Amino acid sequence: MKVSRRQFIKIGGKNLLGAIIIWSAFPSLLQGVSSPEAVRKVSPAPTPTQRGHYWRFIVDIRKCIGCGKCVKACKLENDVPLEPEYNRTWVERYVITENEEILVDSPNAGIDGFTADYMNIKYRNLDIRKSFFVPKLCNHCDKPPCVPVCPVGATYATKEGVILVDRKGCIGCRYCVQACPYGARFLDPRLKVVDKCTWCYHRITKGLPPACVEVCPVGARVFGDLRDPESAVSKIIREETVGILKPEIGCENKVYYVGLEEGVR
Amino acid sequence: MEGFIYPNEVNLEWDLLIAIYPYITGLVAGAFIVSALYHVFGIAKFKPVARFSLLTALAFLLVAPLPLVIHLGRPERALEMFLRPNLVSAMSGFGYIWMAYLLLLLAEVWLVFRPDIVRYAQSSQGIKKAVYSALALGVYDISPQALATDNRIIRLLSLIGIPAASLLHGYVGFIFGAIKANPWWSTPLMPIIFLTSAAVSGIALLLVLYVTVTKLRKASLDYECLHSLALWLGGFLTLALTLEGLEVLSMLYESAESWEIIRQLITHKIAVTYLGVQYALGTLLPLLILGGAELLKRLREETKTYLRVLAAALILIGVLAMRWNVVIGGQLMSKSLRGFTSYVPPIWGEAGIITATVLMLLPFLLLAVFTYLIPPWQAEVKPPEPRKVGVWWKG
Repeated sequence: MKVSRRQFIKIGGKNLLGAIIIWSAFPSLLQGVSSPEAVRKVSPAPTPTQRGHYWRFIVDIRKCIGCGKCVKACKLENDVPLEPEYNRTWVERYVITENEEILVDSPNAGIDGFTADYMNIKYRNLDIRKSFFVPKLCNHCDKPPCVPVCPVGATYATKEGVILVDRKGCIGCRYCVQACPYGARFLDPRLKVVDKCTWCYHRITKGLPPACVEVCPVGARVFGDLRDPESAVSKIIREETVGILKPEIGCENKVYYVGLEEGVR
Repeated sequence: MEGFIYPNEVNLEWDLLIAIYPYITGLVAGAFIVSALYHVFGIAKFKPVARFSLLTALAFLLVAPLPLVIHLGRPERALEMFLRPNLVSAMSGFGYIWMAYLLLLLAEVWLVFRPDIVRYAQSSQGIKKAVYSALALGVYDISPQALATDNRIIRLLSLIGIPAASLLHGYVGFIFGAIKANPWWSTPLMPIIFLTSAAVSGIALLLVLYVTVTKLRKASLDYECLHSLALWLGGFLTLALTLEGLEVLSMLYESAESWEIIRQLITHKIAVTYLGVQYALGTLLPLLILGGAELLKRLREETKTYLRVLAAALILIGVLAMRWNVVIGGQLMSKSLRGFTSYVPPIWGEAGIITATVLMLLPFLLLAVFTYLIPPWQAEVKPPEPRKVGVWWKG
């Protein structure tokens, strides 16, 4: 085959262009594959002058395997009472049967996983269409219904939009517990003040991911800064369809779910 | 526990004490409405109970904050609500509304009873004289001109008192009605439902108390007054029934996402206290009894009185059930709308039945002390003597 100089340049140029495009896209292709390392990349803490609610937490329902490591890590990291009725985060299991019945459970808030026999006997004879896990935590809403109701202003949004409770100020009236549509708050039985997920505020302000994100073996929990276009959360929000829980309530949640099924609430 | 609830919902956070709190403030508002009907709207038939209703309102108002403070996880921080209130919180208003209403009520009670207090101070001896002199606050002018001024102020205070009482109790309804997370609570009707049921419970309480105390005093009943009380009671009860019924009826008719769980709540979880006690026993039956007492001309006044007291007592139980159904019922269902937690109040403990009972008896004790100090019965203008004031506070 005889190739003229003109043709050689033409083909070579095309190939070179293609190679450059593929090469430049390669790192992002790699990041798209959810290696835990890629997921754990968190932008540095915002400086006090940077105002704005840019932190997002993403839960990928498709990836969660219901191992409960996040629940355990949270309890250990944040000294949450170990009893199953006190949780900053928990995992729910959804089972949808062929006759469209939706069954939900969360034995021990999911801390022991879902493999024990006693957790599964009830599903043995069911005609199951599909099943998945839904990790839950405080949604750190931009319009938090729990904050305005506090009679003493002990629960508040930080400048970054993280919703916290001041343990020294909380009077334990529990109006915020009533106001939260997600069941994310509880009264700490030891201090008699309200407690909730802080997104591990002590960690994220140092550039570390929340404990539950750190330990998730499958990268189902992702935390990061929307201002960084290369952060894992930015990429997921760009590339996936995300949803929030109970959008009709209008809280403007900052926890987004990937693979959110109708009926999850 | 039934179905699925969020793990943090196992413990019901607003317990029995929070259920009796709106019951108490409702009785305050209701009792005050009766006194206002006399002082402001000039319904003369309420004269026999007008002064008594003021003392009743005061006795219950003094107890109202107790269940709230006991319920707090950190009661020692209760005053924070005054010191650094978060003014966008509906709850932060409680301290101020309560305090303002207390001052208003104290002023009105003092003005209404001032002539008596002055007379007691002038005619009694020893410790009694000291007590009444202290209560007189150094003002001994009971000339007709001074009393006319008093009456104008009383009317004004009563007038201000109506919105104040509405605020005190309507605010409680708002606390629940403005929680969008809870479909059983979240309705703008809630404050109005609380207000009408407050009027119902207050009038019912006065009817029962008036008859009981009059019997104990071996005095004669004013049947005209009883008749009026029963009519107003029936009127407010009908209004409350309409509003409470409308609320659920529109939920049923709209059949929103939350209807299924609410249906299960009212027909299953709280069926006894809701359909049974609140509606059947506490609303429909009393309406029949009250109606019967009005319509059956041949009944003796004595019989009518018993029927009215029976109806009023049933209504008082019904309104207590209504508070339970709202406060406890709303928390039994999970915000996941998929299940229920369970709650049985303990007998002992700070939020137990004993505590609640003591809190409910306390206002009656205060009322006994008040009526001993300043008898509200118009016929008695002399200082109370043991032989005159009946058996129940002897000794």
